Amino acid sequence: MNRVRNYFWRVVVSLIFAAGLWATVVRFTRGLGGATHLSDSFPWGLWIGFDLLCGVGLAAGGFAIAATVYLLHLEKYRPILRPTILTAFLGYMLVIAALMYDLGRPWRIWHALVFWNPRSVMFEVAWCVMLYTAVLALEFSPMLWERLGWAPVQRVMRAVTIPLVGLGVILSTLHQSSLGSLYLIVPTKLDPLWYSPLLPLFFFLSSIAVGMAMVIFESGLSARAFGKALELSLLKQVARVMAVTLAVYLLLRFQDLVWRGVLSQVWTARGETALFWLENALLAIPMALCFSGRLRSNPQGLFGCAVLVVAGFLANRLNVSVSGLQRSAGAPYFPSWMEIAVTLTIVAAGFVLFNLAVRYLAVFRPAKYDAVTVGVPEGTTPLRSWL
Amino acid sequence: MRALLVDITKCIGCGSCVAACREQNRLPVPADGSWPSQPDAQNFTVLKKAAWKGEEYNYRRLCMHCLTPTCESVCPVGALRKTAQGPVVYDESRCIGCRYCLQACPFSVPRYEWTSLEPRVRKCNLCEARVAEGRPNACAEACPTGATIAGEREELLKTARARIAAEPEKYVSHIYGEHEAGGTSVLFLSPIPFEKLELPAGLMAEPLPLLTFRVLSKIPHLVATGGALLAGVWWITNRRQEVAAAEAAEKEKQP
Ligand code: SF4
Ligand code: SF4
Repeated sequence: MNRVRNYFWRVVVSLIFAAGLWATVVRFTRGLGGATHLSDSFPWGLWIGFDLLCGVGLAAGGFAIAATVYLLHLEKYRPILRPTILTAFLGYMLVIAALMYDLGRPWRIWHALVFWNPRSVMFEVAWCVMLYTAVLALEFSPMLWERLGWAPVQRVMRAVTIPLVGLGVILSTLHQSSLGSLYLIVPTKLDPLWYSPLLPLFFFLSSIAVGMAMVIFESGLSARAFGKALELSLLKQVARVMAVTLAVYLLLRFQDLVWRGVLSQVWTARGETALFWLENALLAIPMALCFSGRLRSNPQGLFGCAVLVVAGFLANRLNVSVSGLQRSAGAPYFPSWMEIAVTLTIVAAGFVLFNLAVRYLAVFRPAKYDAVTVGVPEGTTPLRSWL
Repeated sequence: MRALLVDITKCIGCGSCVAACREQNRLPVPADGSWPSQPDAQNFTVLKKAAWKGEEYNYRRLCMHCLTPTCESVCPVGALRKTAQGPVVYDESRCIGCRYCLQACPFSVPRYEWTSLEPRVRKCNLCEARVAEGRPNACAEACPTGATIAGEREELLKTARARIAAEPEKYVSHIYGEHEAGGTSVLFLSPIPFEKLELPAGLMAEPLPLLTFRVLSKIPHLVATGGALLAGVWWITNRRQEVAAAEAAEKEKQP
């Protein structure tokens, strides 16, 4: 049974990669216009809405858990640390990969380093993402050093961890919220159900909630795939934080509609209204469920809640970046199959890389993370089989 | 500062401005000389028709050359810039192709070369070279009726006000571009309500870049306060742990 399932997934992933490869060739030989459904009236599509906005948000668990363990000294969360840092690191690498498809002239991505425009939100996002990816690479690196048995490097890393984590928290707060600020400039284009001066705050809060959901989600997945999961008691606490963050977020979200005097619009019969309710229901239902104690002590239930929150988060980002702009653009946009293929390829690459990392690095390993260890950590495949 | 005044009452829809713009910017000319319904990567200005009360009117669309351009403020690499002389110009050598300018422009002006492998953003540059030489803009020079005239913005505003005052029954009492999005260097006078034209209505009188600047300007504070806060939290929790560890050691010593 397991063999059949493995085989199935291999076929699916291979098909996705094949389609992605084809789309890549088209993108770089026939231009953005040849591969995407983007146009002058709809210049940002799936690659910005999903790959960038969702990718960065889903990786938000990284800074939140790092801060919990290193800055708040809540040691019991340490077992979650490594898988979350790993996800975040992979997530950011993949976001950058996606940008290489989306930018019209990707080979000039370094221009943001030399030609400055500090008044641009995009400029700020570019710098934060770049710096934070470097921070994540460093935070992730101990798993490598310990694997390679480089004790001196491990010691240096231990010394700089705390400032590094602090830097990571600040950078993340800035760019998680700035992704929302990107849309502050389109007050006449973005639908009033989503345009708000509070967009940066909404993006920040929802990124924390989804970061927590991802911790639960990954733990559930790895329980199935590798038989390595996190303790239920820990996951329950993570779910609690998630529910509280969502409650604050949803309260503010609706209060904001009242403040802006557009609350009546949530009852008008428009496609946007349906999407608005879908998005918020996907967030409100798991929030309510997580507040009920019974569900919280059921791993399957927790996993289900996490999936809902992730779905609600994706709906929100796609609503802000795609659905909420359709009406004013006057031209409908739906991604081409090639845009979808590239996106799926990137997601699949994330799963494959995570899988490899779990197999060869000590990702899910309880206790003693900071100890300077030499040699093959318990529970990982010996390096020889990797080389 | 150079500006254009477009008086829709005078426009006969001949297309001289479209042709002159193509020549000035070396854009391809279709055999029949026609133009598309919207500006595109090869047509920086086009003529549009509007109907009202049984009459037909012609008006142009082109980059508005905002006084505080949204496109300039959003471009991460500073590829778009408002020059002191008025034009909002594009520096192809900087552009990374993020297309934030297309997304953000309140007048939906910038266009992209979607099928090119070295795509550029395309839009009217207010004849930057001509302006530098003190010559009139190509479109204004070509216009046979004076529907488009070039001049200093202040002068053109005076002209526009004078025209409205002289013939109030002929004009809507509004100069589009005087305040829209913080003011623009392209001004419109219209005989019919502006909502009947395809110009965005309801734009705020403040420059749009203020919307983001209000948030961005808080960042230095956020970084400073956030950094101090984090350091404080770390110190307290760390201290607590040290105390706990010391107490535990104390206990062990006592028999
Ligand atoms: S109309 Fe648009 S492209 Fe032209 S200057 Fe203003 S913001 Fe820039
Ligand atoms: S597409 Fe080019 S000009 Fe437009 S904002 Fe991006 S980098 Fe600037």
